[in-house]
Amino acid sequence: MGSENKFPCWEDLPVGADIPVPGSSIATKTGLWRSERPEWDHKKCIKCGVCVIFCPEGCIEFKEDGYPHADLDYCKGCGICARECFTGCIKLVKEKE
Amino acid sequence: MGKLKGMEVSIAIAEAVKLARCDVISAYPITPQTHVVEHLSELVANGELDAEFILVESEHSALSACVGASAAGARTFTSTSAQGLALMHEILFIASGLRLPIVMALANRSLSAPLSIWNDHSDTMAERDCGWIQFFVENGQEACDFTIQAFKIAENPQVSLPVIINFDGFILSHMIEPIELPSQEDVDRFLPPFEPVRKLDVSKPRTIGPVGIPEIYTEAHMAQENAIRQSLEVILTCWNEWERLCGRKYEPVATYGTEDADIVFVAQGALCESIRTTVKKLRGEGEKVGIASIKLWRPFPDLHFLKVIEKARLIIVVDRAISFGGPGGPLASEIKGLLFDKGKNIKVVEFIAGLGGRNVSIGDIEGMYRKAKGILKGEKAKKEGFEIIGLRV
Repeated sequence: MGSENKFPCWEDLPVGADIPVPGSSIATKTGLWRSERPEWDHKKCIKCGVCVIFCPEGCIEFKEDGYPHADLDYCKGCGICARECFTGCIKLVKEKE
Repeated sequence: MGKLKGMEVSIAIAEAVKLARCDVISAYPITPQTHVVEHLSELVANGELDAEFILVESEHSALSACVGASAAGARTFTSTSAQGLALMHEILFIASGLRLPIVMALANRSLSAPLSIWNDHSDTMAERDCGWIQFFVENGQEACDFTIQAFKIAENPQVSLPVIINFDGFILSHMIEPIELPSQEDVDRFLPPFEPVRKLDVSKPRTIGPVGIPEIYTEAHMAQENAIRQSLEVILTCWNEWERLCGRKYEPVATYGTEDADIVFVAQGALCESIRTTVKKLRGEGEKVGIASIKLWRPFPDLHFLKVIEKARLIIVVDRAISFGGPGGPLASEIKGLLFDKGKNIKVVEFIAGLGGRNVSIGDIEGMYRKAKGILKGEKAKKEGFEIIGLRV
């Protein structure tokens, strides 16, 4: 399979299958796992930041508009932000096919 | 030759770890391993060994602490027995998969149930496929020598694998034997400080122990399989160097009388000394018998073994563990597999002896020989498969 060519043969694999350079998780776009994405209702959002704190991926950030946003490259759509939100302003919206 | 000193084998192993200038020891006491770690904790507490002794609440934690220490670049040692090894099971595979050169002295003890603190090989055989290099020793001198050698073999950059030294619980662990400890200068010359092939280092971050996705896992296992097979050459070189240093010669399969033997005993561990005594007696009576003691269990020394049994007409395999419902004892089934692979039509007579500390006498071993000789002469074996020695019927 052509897609496997980017992986080294067994003799070239780092000992113990280590990842010898830091920051490899940035290259792994876990957003591909997502079936639902969080959306914020700005009318209800009080900008408390509880979603930022609870996000297990650490992918929610306050942006210039003053509201939290999820980085969809890494958001897995786990829904913890929506579960923890005090005002219930986060809704999970189905990703389209 | 240096000075022989009478000492308990467990103490000799601990002294060998000290001579190896081990950095980190983590272990949990369990009979019959206790004296090894007890003595090491004293050496560390008294300032005689400059090492960290990490106290833990279980063997699972002990080996986990060793994994962390070894990954950080420390020369690392642990020791256990039976249930302790079983509790380490999960981490055994992690240590070898992560290619961490941890050394373990394993005081072989039978697995519960029924609860038994006594000696057999059921603990180690249950972990046969854990990916560690595995040795069996016959006596205290070997236990001491192999412990020092194990660090050199494990830490070789071509190998980078953990090592288990199997020594029989009580029969060896609590035995007082004349043992020659090499001098610190000799050990320092033989075993330079540990230079890890890689380590956890905040100034050069890396991930040790990442996920092995399906595209990686197969290749990682092939690399590990290749490393353990290649370790045979490293072990042989190490033993040559040891011979020059101490005058003691070691081989993957130690033999006595096999050159002209029709019947060859195959066994592992301290039992081989009893078999060797029996073989000497039988050869004195004109019997053509020999013994092959499997010192190196993983990687299995196929070629060495085949050469040893080249002229044999019958092999007696004495196992010290049962593979319940399997094709014979763990050693016998491997020997049979190897002979089948190589197209060797040699009769194999299988015995299981010394389970849970049951004594195996010279008379028992002579009895095995007589039965095997009868089979060679065409007598029918009492039953198919293995026979358990000393079983009350």
